[in-house]
Amino acid sequence: MSGVALDPRTAPTFPMAARAAMADTQLRKNVRHATDVIQAKRARVVGEMPDWQALREAGKQIRQHTMKHLDYYLEEFERNCTKAGGVVHWARDGAEARRIIVELVKASGSDEVIKIKSMTTEEIQLNTALEAAGIHPYETDLAELIIQLGEDQPSHIVVPALHKNRQQIREIFMRAMNLPELGERPQDLADAARMFLREKFLRVKTGVSGANFLIAETGGVCVVESEGNGRMCLTLPETLITVAGIDKVLPRFADLEVMLQLLPRSATGERMNPYNSIWTGVDQLDGPKAFHVVLMDNARTEVLADEEGRQTLNCIRCGACQNACPVYRQTGGHAYGSVYAGPIGAILTPQLQQMQHAQTLPYASSLCGACYEVCPVKINIPEVLIHLRNKVVDDAGMTVESLAMKTMGMIFRSERRFRAAQRLGRMAETPLVRKDGRGEGWISWLPGLLGGWTQVRDLQAMPAETFREWFEKR
Amino acid sequence: MAVDAAKAEILGRVRKAVGASKAGSAAEMVRAEWEGLARGYQRAARLEEGTVIDLLEERLKDYDARVFRVNESEVAATVAARLVARGKRRIVIPAGLPGSWVPSGFAFVVDAGMTVAELDGFDGVMTGATVAIAETGTVVLQNVAGQGRRAATLVPDYHLCVVRVKDVVETVPQAMDRLSARAEIATTFVSGPSATADIEMTRIKGVHGPRSLDVILVV
Repeated sequence: MSGVALDPRTAPTFPMAARAAMADTQLRKNVRHATDVIQAKRARVVGEMPDWQALREAGKQIRQHTMKHLDYYLEEFERNCTKAGGVVHWARDGAEARRIIVELVKASGSDEVIKIKSMTTEEIQLNTALEAAGIHPYETDLAELIIQLGEDQPSHIVVPALHKNRQQIREIFMRAMNLPELGERPQDLADAARMFLREKFLRVKTGVSGANFLIAETGGVCVVESEGNGRMCLTLPETLITVAGIDKVLPRFADLEVMLQLLPRSATGERMNPYNSIWTGVDQLDGPKAFHVVLMDNARTEVLADEEGRQTLNCIRCGACQNACPVYRQTGGHAYGSVYAGPIGAILTPQLQQMQHAQTLPYASSLCGACYEVCPVKINIPEVLIHLRNKVVDDAGMTVESLAMKTMGMIFRSERRFRAAQRLGRMAETPLVRKDGRGEGWISWLPGLLGGWTQVRDLQAMPAETFREWFEKR
Repeated sequence: MAVDAAKAEILGRVRKAVGASKAGSAAEMVRAEWEGLARGYQRAARLEEGTVIDLLEERLKDYDARVFRVNESEVAATVAARLVARGKRRIVIPAGLPGSWVPSGFAFVVDAGMTVAELDGFDGVMTGATVAIAETGTVVLQNVAGQGRRAATLVPDYHLCVVRVKDVVETVPQAMDRLSARAEIATTFVSGPSATADIEMTRIKGVHGPRSLDVILVV
């Protein structure tokens, strides 16, 4: 995998990319191991919550309610954030968000930024835009650092480098950090990251973050993380720029009591992740002196407008559906050609990126329902997948397949046409039928596309007389 | 102004998408609807008080924190013993930390707006906590007297946190209730020392935040 960004507009289709991924046994081993471990941890800590289903239901209702009144809550957030000293910006799409962020970084007087892991910045390929403007972004989450230094792409929402094992990470660090010697224990690798980033945390004056939740009631922002790199980026710089999809808003502070139970247990299988930060605007004595929030649409309102697809926006980005998905567990994330992989990616990407760029993703699922089962906010992913498959078919217009289906429909609607088709079938199959010892007719070869059927089995010939014909003669 | 145009357009798209017909009564309607959301999950404590403290201790230890249960009069001596055991001498403390908790014989310095570089020169930090959550093994810090600003509990490599038993709750909703009175203050939930599982899902203690955490529970 190269440093080329995962972009559904240019990525190969899922079946093509999946074939390549399936051939990479190391990748499959790494993904299998990581998803097994997270699933087991999640199952353990979810199992100890007798009220888990009630929490899921509350989570779903809070998110649904928020989406229904999104305009109300966004304006409330803006008002309260502004009152607390924050500056709110609105971005209609990724390009506008990138432009605003680049300008804000330049205005902060810095030509480098420290970054917290943020799928939203991955979605809009912010790093490329920053670099083009002469600004160096430092990814500070361990997994994102591995991705950045390895010129790789994220393959999971929560654990972006889960496709790499310790030996591969060691090689990346030795090369990129210029370390002639480095152990391969995970502890050695984490220590190397600490050394590498420490100086940057203490020096760089501008930070860029995503957000887990925007709290409308207080104008506050909540970021959930593990390593402390998030706290560094949120606390030490003079300027902090937070970019968030408009779907990240929560009505009230009290709603965190649901989300902060659902998210950590679903995402990393922890009762609580090591650090949650909640801050509101600017505090002159604590943290950045300038704070900006960029509220980005980037097609989220299009998802909102589709009543059946709308529940996709309820997602809180925990990644549990990826870990549970039998397809993702075989292919890993890159095959999805988007920063949002797995079941949630299969429904989010086509909706965010206009259908024609992600035609095959709604089919990257066996509809087994494992994703729905583990979703902390009860997004019915299989339902949305089917809805999107319908749209793909509708958008495709007239094809050989749709023509065949139309013809079948026409035949099945009329008894006369149906009987005629049966007679025609018996005539047409005659040259292909071979009799066996007991006088039964079998077809072992069919022409063209139909040949796929007879490759591994024989087709029985049509009976000389149908049941109806026999019944009418009695 | 271009910014306002973006805002107007996004909000317009939202209203079109959800088919909103909002009148002046919107706020009351939204409020009533929010209050009607299903909240069938556990909010109150299930356990008795003593058991809650046991649970907190167990869950903190599960996250590799060291836990010590002492009386108020033993806090300073316990702090001294921990610092000796960890080999820490220069400790930063926030304004407002109870003086009776601070033992002599160490260099305790009150944070009066130190630079990051100055904070980096300390061996550790000692604070109180606003609330602790037993179920999740979490201590919650706010920028108030005795807890201080966020950078001070982040940059030094060792955090010693003193928690009074009256500030321990069992569930996350109970904690949010207590925090909601001052929800706008900078707040940090700390559950064990900094950690990552980014390499082969192996939990590694200590990445960028304090690599060790001791909690003294004052009964």
